Amino acid sequence: MTVLTADVAIIGGGLHGCSTALHLARAGATAIVIEKNHVGRHASGVNAGGVRTLARDEAEIPLALESLEMWHRIEDLVDDDCGFETHGQVRVAETEEDMTTLRTREARLQSLGYTHERWIDPPELFERIPALARYCLGGLIAERDGAALPYRTTAAFRRKAEALGQRFVEGTRVLAVAQQGQDWRLETSAGKISAGSVVNCAGAWADRICAQVGEPVPLEAIAPMMMVTLRMPRFLSPVVIGTGRPLSFKQTTEGTVLIGGGRRARTDRDAETTELDFQELGASARMVRDLFPVMRGAVVNRGWAGIEARMPDDIPVIGPSLRAPRLFHQFGFSAHGFELAPVVGRVIADLVTRGASDSALEKFSIGRFASPTGSVRRL
Amino acid sequence: MFQRLSEAGPPTLPLTIDGNAALARPGDSVAATLIGAGHADCRTTPVSGSARGPYCLMGICFDCLVEIDGRPNQQGCMIEVQAGMQIVRQEGSRPVDVEATR
Amino acid sequence: MSAVDALKPSYELAVIGAGPAGMAAAVAAAQRGVATILFDEQASPGGQIYRGVTTTPLRRRELLGDDYWHGQGLVDALLGCAADYAPRSIVWAVTRIGDGFELAVSRDGVAHLVRVAHLIVATGAQERPFPIPGWTLPGVMTVGAAQILLKTAGLVPGDGTVVAGSGPLLSLVLAQFAAAGVSVDAVLDTTPRDRRWRAAWRDVIGFATSPYLAKGVALLRRARAAGRVVRGVESLEAIGDHRIERVRYRAGGQTIELACTSLLLHQGVVPNINFANAIGCEQRWDEVQACFVPVVDAWGASSVPGVTLAGDGAGIAGARAAEAHGRIAALNAACAIGRIDPAQRDAAGAAAQADRARWLRGRRFLDVMYRPAPQYRIPVGDTVVCRCEEVTARQVLESVRLGCTGPNQMKSFLRCGMGPCQGRFCGLTVSELIAKERGSTPAEIGHYRLRFPIKPITLGELASLPQTEASEQAVVRLPK
Repeated sequence: MTVLTADVAIIGGGLHGCSTALHLARAGATAIVIEKNHVGRHASGVNAGGVRTLARDEAEIPLALESLEMWHRIEDLVDDDCGFETHGQVRVAETEEDMTTLRTREARLQSLGYTHERWIDPPELFERIPALARYCLGGLIAERDGAALPYRTTAAFRRKAEALGQRFVEGTRVLAVAQQGQDWRLETSAGKISAGSVVNCAGAWADRICAQVGEPVPLEAIAPMMMVTLRMPRFLSPVVIGTGRPLSFKQTTEGTVLIGGGRRARTDRDAETTELDFQELGASARMVRDLFPVMRGAVVNRGWAGIEARMPDDIPVIGPSLRAPRLFHQFGFSAHGFELAPVVGRVIADLVTRGASDSALEKFSIGRFASPTGSVRRL
Repeated sequence: MFQRLSEAGPPTLPLTIDGNAALARPGDSVAATLIGAGHADCRTTPVSGSARGPYCLMGICFDCLVEIDGRPNQQGCMIEVQAGMQIVRQEGSRPVDVEATR
Repeated sequence: MSAVDALKPSYELAVIGAGPAGMAAAVAAAQRGVATILFDEQASPGGQIYRGVTTTPLRRRELLGDDYWHGQGLVDALLGCAADYAPRSIVWAVTRIGDGFELAVSRDGVAHLVRVAHLIVATGAQERPFPIPGWTLPGVMTVGAAQILLKTAGLVPGDGTVVAGSGPLLSLVLAQFAAAGVSVDAVLDTTPRDRRWRAAWRDVIGFATSPYLAKGVALLRRARAAGRVVRGVESLEAIGDHRIERVRYRAGGQTIELACTSLLLHQGVVPNINFANAIGCEQRWDEVQACFVPVVDAWGASSVPGVTLAGDGAGIAGARAAEAHGRIAALNAACAIGRIDPAQRDAAGAAAQADRARWLRGRRFLDVMYRPAPQYRIPVGDTVVCRCEEVTARQVLESVRLGCTGPNQMKSFLRCGMGPCQGRFCGLTVSELIAKERGSTPAEIGHYRLRFPIKPITLGELASLPQTEASEQAVVRLPK
């Protein structure tokens, strides 16, 4: 039986898997990406496309800022502009409480030396977002943020990685992962793969790889919902997100409006199905109607949900396995991994090829879920 | 073009099409009224500005979209004419007046 | 009219669609004491085949024909039975709750929630896409649309009308035109010749002993009065600037152009599968009918527990078969909710099963005879495939060459299938195009995966969904 071999086996063909494959190629390492459906099938292909440094967990800010610079030169990286548009992202304050939250946040970030989030008063807020309801009290803006097209981005990273020699096997499921001497041996539904290193980019199923190597994690499979409208006349340039209640709101170049925010569908990650919760979508619709009166006549044409991995502390697992050599984790992005993918692929590629990364990764370590006895500790 | 059988009875409902006064037959859909008045097209597409008109008349093609009484994107084939109705054929995506919707 | 004013919060059975299958199902279920509601999006009952039967100005029986007026009886039964009937009501989402379902229904722009134990989906048929060059021009409509204009508005073709296509409905409509004293400039018959007759011989006996033979002969005789027929039309093109001005066709080795102001197209009907697909019903590709059909058993039970399908939406079989199917489905529903046991269902359903079998005889002959030729199902070049998003055949093929493997992936490459018709007029075309380009079959390639809402809804309707405590206290981790 033929055994495919490469320097690195990447489990999962989402955007993170494709990004890692690309950066490994640039670092001179060969990789095989093993994808159980087709590249970009799940969260990577159907998310809101937010390229966002705004409202990040503090731990993620350095990576997010670095990644944003890569987004601004994304065509250099993958020979495709990925539909990246940058008109800023604004987090709006609907209430006094929101306002306090945001001003406190700005002060906190400034104390840490970050200036990418700036408070804007109502006059500037309504100048930038004329369609916003006038009860809003201000907002935080990240001016270099924007949005891109998720499937196109994933496909572009994949195409570039392939052009640089990486291999992608689709419709192939990893059944078992085990060390064999100095190498890793992967049993898949289409045969065996042998690699020096393994990267776990398996998204909502990544905990199963973790379990196989003896470092279980409390991963939750979630299905954040999105809705899209029929085309509307252009009325919005920045991306708008909520503060006290969840919303992500943007208008695409073709005029459709994408409504997200993280409200969840029901999901069965084994059947790979999601069932939309229309009452939750109703709450989203009410919030949109409040914030953007022009949306009253908007026509919602489709709803969907992608299957994603969430960690209890809402930040990802990035870094080496603590149980096995030359195994690296890159999952658990908790519904906000899209913007981070360009940089995290490079971080992992550095870890694989150099054994070290320039980025501080302690907060993302898988070790935060381990207790001394090796069982899972819930935060 | 289409013509009316005498069994249909006369058009007696006053309404406007693109601002022009017209008479419609009670019971007709908005789309049937437009077709009966000789309009093959009822809108232009937001994608390319191409002219479109009703295609299926059973509510599934969404080509019969018109603006009715100020509300855009109404399926003309699913809505019955009313006296005083203002039917406007819609052009792609017109600029939206954000002030007007407050 | 017994149309209901207020919806009850729950019923045992919801029937979706007031065509022959839905009406018969609602009546049969109500007769068994099943608390039933019939939802329909139109303002009056009849579906499409009996469209306007309660409102049509064309009361002279010979105009629309006896088969049409058979629908009156179904409507009378519906309005006289104990089922609630909700016209102008669109069921746009279904959620499983326990063993039953919660339906989101819009009436007059307001959304309501209704719980039911069982669903009968009788959403019927739709015109098959007919993607010829120029088919999106104003003035090009389906023959079904022309029939709706006739029935509901007394509008008939005037000067400069050309009819093109194939199938029994074509003959029916032409006969109706003839009865109204109307003729059209030409009938361009695209029925494939020769080879098809030979293939159909196997099914001739069934056809000859079916109810359709006599109907067909009479229809064709009357239809001939409606206009000169050109047979063996191998290609069609609609030409014009902002509306149709000419139709160009090829037949008998010649290319001919006819001036026209109205082009009516038809090449058969196919099941409207969007609702069944969105709710998760398994479907299969039917090679003879060249369309996707939900998988059902002899009682209409789908692959989804609690969901029964009836009528043309479960497989094209015509109005009378649909009516029998509705009665069958009602018995299945009654059995599923425990009102009767399977033995009682089988006994009570014997007559309806026999009736349906009778109306199914001869269908296969029609299916084989009128299966549209490939060039009318699989377009090329700049012919529009997705009407809503104006995606061409060329663009679809290019995306396949770029690695797109199926219709669902296609939605990420192009906006194909993402418009308001939700794939109803491009789904079959896209599946066949991709299959042909990849050397595969539509069965392998599959169809768009459809989701709720199955019709576009306004933000206002969505916002009007009744609130529950859970949605008020939505627990979503937000960044601080």
